[in-house]
Amino acid sequence: MKKARWILGVALTVLAAFASIAVTQPGVAKAGDQSASVEVKIDNFSFGPASLTVAAGTTVTWTNNDDVPHTVVSDDKVFKSKALDTDDKFSYTFTKPGTYNYFCSVHPKMTAKVLVR
Amino acid sequence: MSRFIKENVEKDGIDRRGFLKCMAWAGTGTLCVIQGGVLKSFALSDVMQHNVGDFKGDLSFVQISDSHIGFNKAANPDVTATLREAIAKVNALPTPPSFVLHTGDLTHLSKTEEFDTLAESLKSLKTERIFYVPGEHDVLNDNGEMFRERFGKGAMGDGWQSFDHNGIHFVGLVNVMNLKAGGLGSLGSEQLEWLEKDVSALKSSTPVVLFAHIPLWAVYPQWGWGTDDSEQALSYLKRFGSVTVLNGHIHQTMQKVEGNVTFHTACSTAFPQPQPGQADSPGPMKVPDDKLRQLLGITDVNFVRGTHSLAIVDSTLA
Repeated sequence: MKKARWILGVALTVLAAFASIAVTQPGVAKAGDQSASVEVKIDNFSFGPASLTVAAGTTVTWTNNDDVPHTVVSDDKVFKSKALDTDDKFSYTFTKPGTYNYFCSVHPKMTAKVLVR
Repeated sequence: MSRFIKENVEKDGIDRRGFLKCMAWAGTGTLCVIQGGVLKSFALSDVMQHNVGDFKGDLSFVQISDSHIGFNKAANPDVTATLREAIAKVNALPTPPSFVLHTGDLTHLSKTEEFDTLAESLKSLKTERIFYVPGEHDVLNDNGEMFRERFGKGAMGDGWQSFDHNGIHFVGLVNVMNLKAGGLGSLGSEQLEWLEKDVSALKSSTPVVLFAHIPLWAVYPQWGWGTDDSEQALSYLKRFGSVTVLNGHIHQTMQKVEGNVTFHTACSTAFPQPQPGQADSPGPMKVPDDKLRQLLGITDVNFVRGTHSLAIVDSTLA
């Protein structure tokens, strides 16, 4: 009985730990959300989150919240948005795993990446 | 009545302390002239009284910048109105400028109607000719094709050009194309090669004026306020006795003197931006309505033959 309770206690703790990691780690799409849309906000001349991890098949949508236009351009020319004015959006569906570095071609100091698993 | 600032003449003969002090007044309209390495300053109102004097020279021209036609957010809901005020200010100068330089970001979103409104507004500017270089906001969707077609008369490549006026050599450079991830402004090898050839035949005594959108010196790299390969461009001008660099992009006046090179950035006619590091990002800065016009303005440049440098005067809309 005592052993069972102890195992249950450990199991619950471990479960709680995993749950908290999934909740607190930024930019991780929940398992099973393969076709869900994940948001990246463009604010104050930066992409948030700067590093986003998604499962293959996920669509990422960027929204520009700044008063100036920005673009979303992949370093390797895999995707490229037109100029996004305030509140404009751009979406791209990541089908292949890999690391996709991207930047704003208008303000090239703005860099970020999407990691596709 | 002229006032002499306390001097601090170093080996190269430039009075830096005096110059920096003078620049603090520039926003309210001060004429700073370097004559034989010594700085003299005159309040703008004194200049008006003198009219002819030491500083009315052989050539005067105006720089305006960052009109951002199409912008309509809180920082300035009517940028066309403030552009028109800037034009009125140019038209009210005691000496009409021989020409005007627009150092880029004519529009906010590179849209046809924005270029239309800009062209229409500038029709009332009393000057013979306007020369333009593009800002990053002018080349958003078509690699600058529309900009060059409408505002790049006589320009080559991505829109660079040079011309001579009253014995001064002017060079318009483009540093907003093909920007690399994590980088700053960029001139590129083709343009640099052209620049080297362009100035090679000039006498070292020829005053040279470079104008480009993004600053050609490292004002604040964290915000992209600089050009990756500007050092190379400036190396072609080391032998010249007087080089003036006029830029825009940062929406505030800033000046630096380095040997024979004077760097100057202009106010925007549309909206101000924060000073380096004074905000999270270099975006449009909202200020109280009655302060806005004190942070927008034009730049008047005078050249007096025989003097070391061009006299640069910034004046605000209010």
